[in-house]
Amino acid sequence: MRITRMTAVAGAFALAMAAAACGGDDSGSGAGSGIVGKASSQKKLVVGVKADQPGLGLQTGGTYTGFDIEIAKIIAKGLGVPESGIEYKTTVSSNREPFIQQGQVDMVVATYTINDERKKVVNFGGPYYVAGQDLLVAADSTITGPEALVGKKVCSVSGSTPAKRIQNDYKGVNLQQFDSYSKCVQALSNKTVDAVTTDDIILAGYAAQEQYAGKFKVVGKKFSDEPYGIGVKKTDTEGCNKINEILKTAATDGSYKAAWDSTLGKSGTPAPQLDVTKLTNCS
Amino acid sequence: MSSNPDAVLYDHPGPRAKTRNLILTIIFGIALVALLWWVYDKFDEKGQWAGPLWRPFLEGSTWTDYILPGLWSTVKAAAVAMLLSLVFGIIFAVGRLSDHWWVSIPAGVVVEFFRAVPLLLMMFFIFFGVPFLTEQPMPPFWAVVIGLTLYNGSVLAEAFRAGIRAVPRGQSEAAYAIGMRKNQVMREILIPQAARAMLPVIVSQLVVLVKDTALGYIIGYTELLQNGVNTLGANYGNTVAAAIVAAIIYVVLNASLTFFAGVLERRTRRSGRAPRAGRGQPAAAGTVGVSAAVEPQG
Amino acid sequence: MDVFSDSANIDTYVTGFLWILKLTAAATVGALVLGVALAAFRVSPIPVLRGFGTAWVNIFRNTPLTLIVFFCYFGLYSALGLTLSDDIDRNNYWLGVVGLSVYTAAFVCEAIRSGINTVPAGQSEAARAIGMSFLQTLRIVILPQAGRAVVAPLGSIFIALAKNATIVGTIGLMESSSAMKDLINANGDAVVPIFLVFAGTFAAVLIPTGYLFGWLANRLAVKR
Repeated sequence: MRITRMTAVAGAFALAMAAAACGGDDSGSGAGSGIVGKASSQKKLVVGVKADQPGLGLQTGGTYTGFDIEIAKIIAKGLGVPESGIEYKTTVSSNREPFIQQGQVDMVVATYTINDERKKVVNFGGPYYVAGQDLLVAADSTITGPEALVGKKVCSVSGSTPAKRIQNDYKGVNLQQFDSYSKCVQALSNKTVDAVTTDDIILAGYAAQEQYAGKFKVVGKKFSDEPYGIGVKKTDTEGCNKINEILKTAATDGSYKAAWDSTLGKSGTPAPQLDVTKLTNCS
Repeated sequence: MSSNPDAVLYDHPGPRAKTRNLILTIIFGIALVALLWWVYDKFDEKGQWAGPLWRPFLEGSTWTDYILPGLWSTVKAAAVAMLLSLVFGIIFAVGRLSDHWWVSIPAGVVVEFFRAVPLLLMMFFIFFGVPFLTEQPMPPFWAVVIGLTLYNGSVLAEAFRAGIRAVPRGQSEAAYAIGMRKNQVMREILIPQAARAMLPVIVSQLVVLVKDTALGYIIGYTELLQNGVNTLGANYGNTVAAAIVAAIIYVVLNASLTFFAGVLERRTRRSGRAPRAGRGQPAAAGTVGVSAAVEPQG
Repeated sequence: MDVFSDSANIDTYVTGFLWILKLTAAATVGALVLGVALAAFRVSPIPVLRGFGTAWVNIFRNTPLTLIVFFCYFGLYSALGLTLSDDIDRNNYWLGVVGLSVYTAAFVCEAIRSGINTVPAGQSEAARAIGMSFLQTLRIVILPQAGRAVVAPLGSIFIALAKNATIVGTIGLMESSSAMKDLINANGDAVVPIFLVFAGTFAAVLIPTGYLFGWLANRLAVKR
């Protein structure tokens, strides 16, 4: 009999757990009508953001901070969603498309480069910033650009665009790949690799962190253009256009500059000009 | 040490053996301490013991913000997957033992396939691939749970099957003799005994399951490694320190699971109803090996 | 199956499985040697050795392999300066072999120890009675019999090892799971064929291997 009773208790426990699990996950399933519809009817948005990129999207405790987060807030505000109605969801580079396609998030603001491959499956508002691939090196390093990397060890995230570019365009560079940039930066701080490569503002975010103060520098020689977009469902043209409209307003009313100044601008870099003529990626 | 079952391998040490053992103890002890010291020193050289890297772990908020929510996600996924894999295991074990070939063969194919495919591959497919087929979203939580269930459930199915076959024939013959039906025999006679006989195997598989939840972070499930190592490491720049803490948590979690199972096993053994799988039965020589593979700690 | 008509993709696939093969081969040897040594430690008359073996088993068996591989990179290589090769891939490969070996050795040790338990006490008593030392008893009498009893569990341990080799991908080796992820990312429309090819390869190799070990175990079983 004891087994039977144990099974029953365990079964009840499983149900409770499953219910708890579902309770946390049901918010993303608003199918159909796109973000404009959802924002006006539910006053809620689920936004996919990075959790481990200082200055852009960093989860500190229960809250998220960074430039991407501020941009998300601007968009939400423009759609009529209060800050309390935004639910942030941690995404990693490899699950951004599935999250959008499957409706687990309404939009993605997560250092998301607009490119043709992704445009096939996702609709992009923006770009709200044009980053470029750059190198993060030790403060006393003599590396001056990607050409100086031959024979050196460079770290990036596996399968990412920067990693692919190094592999394809810069032969003779030893590429170390990890699943997160924080591991790359750790390896750089141990001097196990000579450089970390990805978009310049991601690198700037790490360089500006207080525990690394004075240890690293960004080389400052962009070797690509990475226009950051806001991803929504492929079918949501209306939402995409609305995002661009909101960004246009933000460029003139000072909220874009304020977003920069309160995050990445803290290190003294002046706010970039948001080029409103380039907001043409919606399909 | 007289209770040590392995002690039969050597004589009780006499004076000479005692001295020799003492000398070996000292040599090995010194070597071990020297090795640990060297590791400590090298880590020190790289500044891995620096206060700022470890101080966050003294603050409550580090735990409540990162580690505990991550741990909770790990436990949640593990608990749901454990129950589902037990159910999966029993169903497919019984299926594979079925008299009907159209049940036993498909059950066998399923079990063999999922046992042979790496879990990481499976999770990638469930998360990235299945939504293409079903056109339904696949939350990372369920991708992890389903992946864990298919793999561990298949392993458990084989364990249950071995357990069921290790129950002495007399048991089921007696049950048939008093007029029980096939499914009654299975449900009330064979499975309960098999479950007890295979408890150590089941538990070691559950430990494997808990560890395998750690693969979840690769598809973006925010469990202990994602929250407690990647995100925490990004905040404080202490990825290595955070990984050491995470490893300790896993060891404690799994060791207590094993310990708990040991208590449970001793209790069922005392009740005297569990068949001691294989002791003296040549047919079950394989199961003796596995059932002794996990030993209760403590 | 268009994906696999592109030779670059086939290359990715082949390279991935070659890494898995090499990782498995080297780590099998490593884990076997380490595991037998640990099992000998755990049944030895010397308490420090027994403690060491127990600690090893409890620590490595209970830590996720992802973390062990992570420590091989950041601990052994990065902090302790253990450079196993100048080529970055080869170095990560050997770090992966170390990680897989120390992890799998814990399981091998426990399997062998349980195998030792299947050898009747009379065997070692007889060995001692004719004056054999601990090492002689173990080497000449116990391990040969225990080894035959643990063929089946060892088989499943090494099959698990082959699958676990995919985890070395987390320190950047392009083994088959990373290869599959890459192919899926580039060919979103062919997810299912890609998965079936990769999973099918594992199944096609590992299922027969499992049966082979089962057959071997039956043949070698010590009849008592």
